[in-house]
Amino acid sequence: MSACCPPAEAVAPRLEPVAGDRRVRAVYAVEGLHCAGCIRRIENALEALPGIASARVNYTLNRVAVEGSASAVAPETIAPALSAIGYVATPFEARAADAAADRDMKRLLVALAVAGFAAMNIMLLSVSVWAGNASDITPETRDLFHWISAAIAFPAAAIAGRPFYESAVRALRAGRLNMDVPITIGVLMALGLSLYQTAISSDHAYYESAIMLLFFLLGGRVLEQAMRRRTRALAGNLASFRSGTADRIRDDGTLEEVAPALLGPGDRIRLKPGDRVPVDGVVTHGSASIDQSNVTGETMPVRAHAGSAVYAGAVSLDATLDIEVLAPVGETLIDTVQGLLDRATEARSRRLDLADRAARLYAPVVHTTALLAGVGWFLSGAGLEQAVVVATTVLIITCPCALALAIPAVQVAAAGAFFRAGVFLNGGGAVERLAEIDTAVFDKTGTLTLPETGHIDTAGIAPDVLERAARLAAGSRHPLAAALALHAEGAAPAVSEMRGAGVEATIDGIACRLGSPAFCGLDDTIGDDDEVSVLVYREGATAHVFRIEQRLRPGAREAIHRLRARGIAIAILSGDRPGAVAAVARQLGIDDFAGGLDPAGKIARIEALGARGKRVLMVGDGLNDAPALAAASVSISPSSAVDMARAQADAVFLGASLAPAAASIDIAVKARRLMGQNLAFAATYNAVAIPVAVLGYVTPLIAALAMSASSLIVTANALRALPSGRLNPKAPEARATAPAAVS
Amino acid sequence: MTILVVLVPMALALGFVGLMAFLWTLKSGQYEDLEGAAHRALDDSDLPD
Repeated sequence: MSACCPPAEAVAPRLEPVAGDRRVRAVYAVEGLHCAGCIRRIENALEALPGIASARVNYTLNRVAVEGSASAVAPETIAPALSAIGYVATPFEARAADAAADRDMKRLLVALAVAGFAAMNIMLLSVSVWAGNASDITPETRDLFHWISAAIAFPAAAIAGRPFYESAVRALRAGRLNMDVPITIGVLMALGLSLYQTAISSDHAYYESAIMLLFFLLGGRVLEQAMRRRTRALAGNLASFRSGTADRIRDDGTLEEVAPALLGPGDRIRLKPGDRVPVDGVVTHGSASIDQSNVTGETMPVRAHAGSAVYAGAVSLDATLDIEVLAPVGETLIDTVQGLLDRATEARSRRLDLADRAARLYAPVVHTTALLAGVGWFLSGAGLEQAVVVATTVLIITCPCALALAIPAVQVAAAGAFFRAGVFLNGGGAVERLAEIDTAVFDKTGTLTLPETGHIDTAGIAPDVLERAARLAAGSRHPLAAALALHAEGAAPAVSEMRGAGVEATIDGIACRLGSPAFCGLDDTIGDDDEVSVLVYREGATAHVFRIEQRLRPGAREAIHRLRARGIAIAILSGDRPGAVAAVARQLGIDDFAGGLDPAGKIARIEALGARGKRVLMVGDGLNDAPALAAASVSISPSSAVDMARAQADAVFLGASLAPAAASIDIAVKARRLMGQNLAFAATYNAVAIPVAVLGYVTPLIAALAMSASSLIVTANALRALPSGRLNPKAPEARATAPAAVS
Repeated sequence: MTILVVLVPMALALGFVGLMAFLWTLKSGQYEDLEGAAHRALDDSDLPD
């Protein structure tokens, strides 16, 4: 639980001493990186600062690492320097999970490199032996080649195979079987038997089978890990953007800056405009509009005044508030959400992915067959040696390669297709779950509608009036005004802002006001409309009413239509007011909707659907959606979603359009079909190969060829999941929106 | 076939050099920011005008 209320030490960037001198290194998450020029501007600006030795931008992860004296790399120096050139920087604290993922990635790459080196060299030697066996190789040369192969294969397998051995041991300890168990047994048996064959100067050895197997499988894992890493990195930056300090009010009225974690019930804090409420509390002094959208899902800012309850995560939009702490960090509404989340995640992790199900079936069958074949040959009078050779051949030829690659290969190819559609997957398992859904549940705010308040109905308003109103709006920081300010052409006049009411200025000699109906002298009841928010502009004696509608996410209609065409039922579950939900549902033609739901309510609805045997896709972006995202069978978030929602979602889509969400279903269905084909192929292959191996007709050359061929066929089939045509015009667009999505 | 005594170690040594080179690039963090490297190639501020 660190999304909103980080522990005290997260406030300062971690300073890593750099070897040799007294320089330290600090990492900042940067918003707004989007081109080659940004990299140079940031690095030049930082390196020009006194005391900074070097600055290095990581464009992939949207971070900058600075090295220099401790005071030079402190947030007080760096943040203003970057904000002066237009970037927002926040100290980045690496989360333990990310650091572990980075270490895993490095280990996998080392393993892959070692396996690749070994596979190439052993293959050179093996091909020579195969060719030599067919012509005139001398037994001495063959033995020499086998011994060299052994000298390469054993150390290589010890290094490259570790990810599999460790995973297999973990699974066995827990009393489970996964795909890594047959892989481990296959590799160890093949190496052991090869060593024996080499020792007795046999014609054949199987070193290349074992190492090629490791190489193929590691390739798949590296790609999968790379796919996850980027999604996580962006989520990690967001967590940094959330962190901050709180201003505690001392008894004598002065302020002290403390970490939110140190606040206890009874403490009073002061919240400046634009600050995020760090804890749950009650307002003791002041009055402000607060945006609670990521806590409750409510679109419209609400008024908070003395006595109002505020929740951690809400933002004060326009005024200073004094707040008395009710629930400290760890017991806030957000934490309650986190609790629900943990429960829901646990429920989902009990689900078995296709690959695991296949492994459960595969491992016992193959191991029993191999054992029976060995015992059978032994009992029928063949020597022990012959029996072991047959048993091992069965293991090698049914080598889990095709089966182990059948699903990951498709997942990786599908991830490429997802990437081009602007969707990042959090894990490979999501593909098959996406393919199986029959119900799609959408959150409203931020998912079906855009997170920022939407478009203004300008019909019937004279252009010059609109332009003046827009200029006035540009002087306000209220989110509703932001929608109007888009129409401004001239500069904003000097405005005076009445907290919570509106702004006032004199334009061209006329006194103008923009704000709530009451502020502009109209009846307040015209603002009592569920579907639109109202902003009034008054100049002189005339008042103009602007109606601001929630704007549908572009592509929402088409996405819903495409899902329907697949026979998927659509529903909306929202925390927003029922009236607002109904309006959006009507626009999209959705009959099944519910508003005013809290996170537990959303979970209950989704679990009820699950209990009726429905496979539910949840699409949501808010903090209040996070538990529902975890409870659903599979989930998607827009990249503008709060960190916790993105961390829970199986996939994150980029850009403003909802189209990628629908496209991902198409990709997943296609990928699922390819997985089925691959599994069927692997099963057929084994059904043919096992009897031949059991009867003892298989030589190592045939085993190696059969294994490689089956792996290649499975991989080639998986590549069909990639979209046809290498240059998809969508790709650059999706990539271009990536950095913007982070901000 | 005595040439094998030279060729096999040579092949292995070359492969090994390649492996070490890769491990070095990995260790020195050259895969940390692949997209950034692509963008940095466009930066021509180091050229004389």
